[in-house]
Formats: sequence, C-alpha cells, structure tokens
Amino acid sequence: MASKTTPARQAFNQGLWSNNPIAVQVLGICSALAVTVQLRTAIVMALALTAVLAGSNLVISALRRLIPHNIRIIVELCVISTLVIIADELLRAFLYDISKQLSVFVGLIITNCIVMGRAETYALGNPPWPSFMDGLGNGLGYGMILVAVAFFRELMGAGNLLGFQVVPEAIYGAGYEDMGFMLLAPAAFIIIGLLVWVQRELMERRK
Amino acid sequence: MENLVSIFVNSVFVGNILLAYFLGMCSFLAVSNNMDTSVGLGIAVVFVLTITTPVNWLVYRYLLGPGALSWAGLEGVDLSFLKFITFIAVIAAIVQVVEMIIDRVSPTLYNALGVFLPLIAVNCAILGTSLFMVERDYTLIESVVFGIGSGVGWALAIVAMAAIRRKLRYADVPRGLEGFGITMISTGLMAMAFMLFSGITL
Repeated sequence: MASKTTPARQAFNQGLWSNNPIAVQVLGICSALAVTVQLRTAIVMALALTAVLAGSNLVISALRRLIPHNIRIIVELCVISTLVIIADELLRAFLYDISKQLSVFVGLIITNCIVMGRAETYALGNPPWPSFMDGLGNGLGYGMILVAVAFFRELMGAGNLLGFQVVPEAIYGAGYEDMGFMLLAPAAFIIIGLLVWVQRELMERRK
Repeated sequence: MENLVSIFVNSVFVGNILLAYFLGMCSFLAVSNNMDTSVGLGIAVVFVLTITTPVNWLVYRYLLGPGALSWAGLEGVDLSFLKFITFIAVIAAIVQVVEMIIDRVSPTLYNALGVFLPLIAVNCAILGTSLFMVERDYTLIESVVFGIGSGVGWALAIVAMAAIRRKLRYADVPRGLEGFGITMISTGLMAMAFMLFSGITL
C-alpha cells in the first residue's frame, strides 16, 4: 500500500482488493454474472455499476445530515434508482446493441446489494470525497471479478475476446473444440468459486 | 392451458431464476446454511412473487407502458423509463401491506415468515421477475403463473442448497475454498443438473 494513506485512498484500495465486494464481502453477485458470457457486455456492465455506485455514494454522503434516519432506506432507493434510470437511458442512446443484450440486468443494479451495502455502511458516515472513492474502488473491484469471469468464459467458450478470434485456426484444425459448457450458466458459478479460491490464497500469502 | 404449463415448468426448472439468471444470490448465500430459515424464506418468496408480479403487470399495462394512459385521455404518453423506480416502490409497499395483513390474520404464519418479509423487498429475484415479465410480454394470467413458477424454482434451489451445505460441513475442503468458494462450485453443479430439464418440451 502507498506510504501516504489518506482516508479516500484507503477507501479506494480496500474496495479494490482486501475488502473486495464479491470475494470478501460476498455481496452483489446477484444479477451481474448473467452478463459474463461475453467480455464486452461485462465491461459495459462493470462501468455502469461503478458509475452508479460512485454517484450514489457521493449523493447519499452529501445528503447524510439531511436524511431522517427512519426513512433512509427509501431515500437511498430513490437516489439509486434515479441514477440507474439515467445509466439505462444513456446506454440505450449510445450503445443500443449492448443494452439489448444486458436486458433487465441494468435495472437490477438497483437491487444489487453492493450499492445499498456501501451506502449504508460507508456513505452514511463519511464525507463525500472518501465516499466517492469508496464507491469507485468497490465498483472497480466488482468489475474486475466480472471481467475476469467473462475473460475465461469467452476465451474458452467461443475462442474469442471482445468479439475477435484469438484461438488460431491451426489449433482448431488439430482437433481443438470450444467448450460449449463455458457459455452456460453453471460455468459462471464454478469459475467464480475458483477465482475466489485464488484471491484468498494470494491474500493469505501476503499477510 | 398448455402454454401456461410450459411457462410454469420452464420457470421452475430450465429458466430457474436463481440457477440460470443468478437472481437472488445474496440472500441465497446468506441464508442457505440453515434449513429452517431456508424453508421460511422460500415460502415467503413464493408468496410475495405471486402477488407482486400480477400487480406490477397491471401497473405497467395501465400506467407506465407505451400508450398505457390512453384510458385517461393521454394518448402517446410513454412512461416506461419509470418502471424501475415504480416497480421497486410497488414491491416495497406490497411487502409492507402483506406483513401487516399476515400479522393481523395469522400470528403463527407471521412468526414463521415475519423476519424474512422486509429482507425480500430488496431481493433481486422479485424485481427481476417483474422486469422479465415486461420484457417477455406476458398476459395477466401468464404473469401469475410465471410469478408462482419463479418463486417455486427459487425455493426449490435454496432448500436443496441448504441440504447440500449441511452435508458439506463434514467434508474436508481446502482452506481457501471454504465457505463462499465451495458454495459457488456446488451451486454450479446443481445448476448443471437443472439444465438437464431443458430437453423437455410440453
């Protein structure tokens, strides 16, 4: 870790690795795995989620003294759904094909537990700037896992990356076949299980 | 009728909302280490989905969808971009009402389900089912069947997982894989088994 740890930087780093939302906090695996068949959709989803998460953390943290405690959940939901609607409309306007593939899963960012979780545990008790960085770090940490899963699924399942063929023709000629299984839902569960295993082993070693 | 049966079977097995669409994973992972709570949450999800899916269908059909407000003389108004925020509000409100009604009518059921109902409001399976219902253009009856089917599929998956995790406690799992990792891998194996139903056509 960097020698100077400001709260903002610390919040960012924790979300990215040592307190990674998927691998360590076990939050928000929900909907997002369904978009990991292709690398491209996974990247767009990761960016959308990071934007929503950082934005909602910023807004909620700026409003934290104004929000009455007992209706805070509904206020948070309103902020989050507004941001998700904006993200969805933007995707539809500029990346129509991908937004069709993401179908309902952009909307499901609302119920993604990371967004609520970060708002509740971090943004409500910290100033806007660290909260924004916390959202950014957690969003990217989440996106990292999403992209990693998509990388393996697209490479092994279709021999492509971002739509370009990377497995050379000669290997197919020699009898190699794509693993159709990687494109099915169960593969995502298994890959994420294995990735978490790797991440935890690496963290153990670092200590 | 055949159509309804096939929607039901499809939403329970092949298109299982948890195993094929990854919805409701958070509460699935958090709760499936205890059999009793899994059964309770499973029943609560079936219950809430059966009510919220058709209600959201009505809301979408008569308030939000393209041209839905023509009964009020507002032709060509399309509020469908508001569906996320409206659906989540409808779900939260219904969960609240259901909780109060159950508390009044049947205290025993309330004791069994009460704790789980608030949790359900932010369960992605509930919102996801409503969004799928819109995307697939179901009719009212179909949306009821789809709601029940998705709920039953989710309940089936979580109860099965609770049973597997109970056995897993005595298994010798590598250190880093304990807990989350092995749960995901066994969920994957379970999802494979569910996919076998995809050959069935009715």
